[in-house]
Amino acid sequence: MTGVSAQLNTARTVRGTRRRRPKGNPLVGLGALAWLVIVLVPLYTLLSSSLTRQDQALSGNPLALPTDPTLENYNTVLSSGFFTLLINTAVVAVATVAIVLALSVPLAYVAVRTRSRLSSMAFRTFLLGVAIPAQAVVVPLYLLIAEMGLYDSLAAVILPTAAFSMPVAVLVLTSTLRDISEELYEAMGLDGATPLRMLWQLAVPMSRAGISTVAIFSALQAWNGFLFPLILTQSEEQRVLTLGLFNFMGQFGLNVPALLAAVVLSVIPIFTVYLFARRALVNGLMGVGGK
Amino acid sequence: MTEASTPLEKQRSSAAAATKRGRRTAAGQGFGRPSVTWALPGILFFGLFAIVPMALAVYLSFCSWDGLTSPTPVGLDNWTRLFKDPEFRQAGWLSLLLTVISWAFQTPIALMLGVWAAGRQRNRAVLSAIFFVPLLLSTTAIAVLFHSLLDPNFGVIKEIGPWFGIDPNILGSSTGALLTVAFVGGWQFMPFHTLIYQGGTRQIPQVLYQAASIDGAGPVRQFFSITLPQLRNTITTSSVLMIVGSLTYFDTVLIMTKGGPGTDTTIVPYLMYRTGFQSYDLGYASAIATALVVVATALSLLMVKFSGFGSMRSTREGM
Repeated sequence: MTGVSAQLNTARTVRGTRRRRPKGNPLVGLGALAWLVIVLVPLYTLLSSSLTRQDQALSGNPLALPTDPTLENYNTVLSSGFFTLLINTAVVAVATVAIVLALSVPLAYVAVRTRSRLSSMAFRTFLLGVAIPAQAVVVPLYLLIAEMGLYDSLAAVILPTAAFSMPVAVLVLTSTLRDISEELYEAMGLDGATPLRMLWQLAVPMSRAGISTVAIFSALQAWNGFLFPLILTQSEEQRVLTLGLFNFMGQFGLNVPALLAAVVLSVIPIFTVYLFARRALVNGLMGVGGK
Repeated sequence: MTEASTPLEKQRSSAAAATKRGRRTAAGQGFGRPSVTWALPGILFFGLFAIVPMALAVYLSFCSWDGLTSPTPVGLDNWTRLFKDPEFRQAGWLSLLLTVISWAFQTPIALMLGVWAAGRQRNRAVLSAIFFVPLLLSTTAIAVLFHSLLDPNFGVIKEIGPWFGIDPNILGSSTGALLTVAFVGGWQFMPFHTLIYQGGTRQIPQVLYQAASIDGAGPVRQFFSITLPQLRNTITTSSVLMIVGSLTYFDTVLIMTKGGPGTDTTIVPYLMYRTGFQSYDLGYASAIATALVVVATALSLLMVKFSGFGSMRSTREGM
């Protein structure tokens, strides 16, 4: 732990000296433009196909602008149970964030504020947890969830999703909590504040950035998760968005425009967040150097 | 440590804190150390849904289980089968191939884009915002999108493919399908790795470049003699994440190729899924899963050992 914080400190001093990069060379700029095309062509086709009539989609050139744009595909999707998917996914996301925050904040606080062996052992276990891929545990999770009588419920998706967001959450939170100086705790201690009040009135307000990163990270894990819902739910009533998209593939068959309209609709909520809180979303997406 | 309860004690301890400014930690011990029990709910929860399942996976790998009756121990059967199974060998080989292809595809481009995006010009910020969009889509959404783009009869591939000499039925050919899976993964995660490289590049001390220009080094020389060596740890971070990501790649394969054509894209996680949840051979599936964790963890520990975990953390600074 001390090694990590020492590294963080050197990184911080180095960061202070950074300034503008030298001008790049034109070849690299050209490469960047090429990648831009590779990114944009699928996105453009996604939008334009979702606005094309089904009969025209099968015959026409998918690269051409839709001559007669229509929203009927969106109607098809919205009347195929899309709202159930949306509500289920929102429930899963909100519950996941709530659980992750409620459990990780005190845990990270203890890891930073106590020097006991137990807390540093717990912290190291969480570091290891970053390395456990979800694929590795789906079989036993299936057993566990079935034994708990939770199979085919939203809780079956929420609980493991929250657990697997926790390692990154704890790492992000400990690194923000470490930045709060000891003097502030001392000052509060002199005023007779209890540890709980220090957490609530000092640590939480001062680590708002870390908390929002964690909230967005775990919301995205829940929103985009596919494997847990695939294995742990079955019925239409408990279906989330990602699984719904997968299902639409079979259901809509050759109605590609409707399928792509569903893809667009599934992205809109996250895209909206991106437009209004870009910085927070990027941090949330990256987690700790990712994951 | 106990709380100061009487006014006198409070006064004394504040006086003590004032005189012990220099030895802050010693004095600070008294103030607001939370009880370790606060961490318990989180530890228990994580233990129940992550650690216990992981241990259970190892246990189940020594059992035969069809998902209906209770698991029965069979000793080493699954493991001896694993080492002899030609399907697992092929899946392992394909996973390795996918990992190498993904790494070779993503690293140079992400490095280039990241170093380029580290510049602070306005147009770069705008372009970076566009580059980022694929990361907003779920893996499922991207796989569904590319599945329809690559439809040989109706997809955009039928128009664009011929320009580059690509057969529109790319998902129907064995090498084509694997390359496509690698490409789609790259399309999705390129912005992620670009951001890692951008963060790393912005941390390189400007002084190094100033010194190099005084010595007359051009931009290309500067890239190879300063940027690249300075990004060593960033490259490790990004590579570890890429390797673990490719080894656990699943959604895209299930949605786009179902492991086909034949078993030509049946990588290890997909083989595990098929064995466990389509053939209901859950004991053997657990052996595959355990093997996957061991390999992925060993590979990342090996790579981290070369750089140290501390440097892995420091690359995140500045993002």
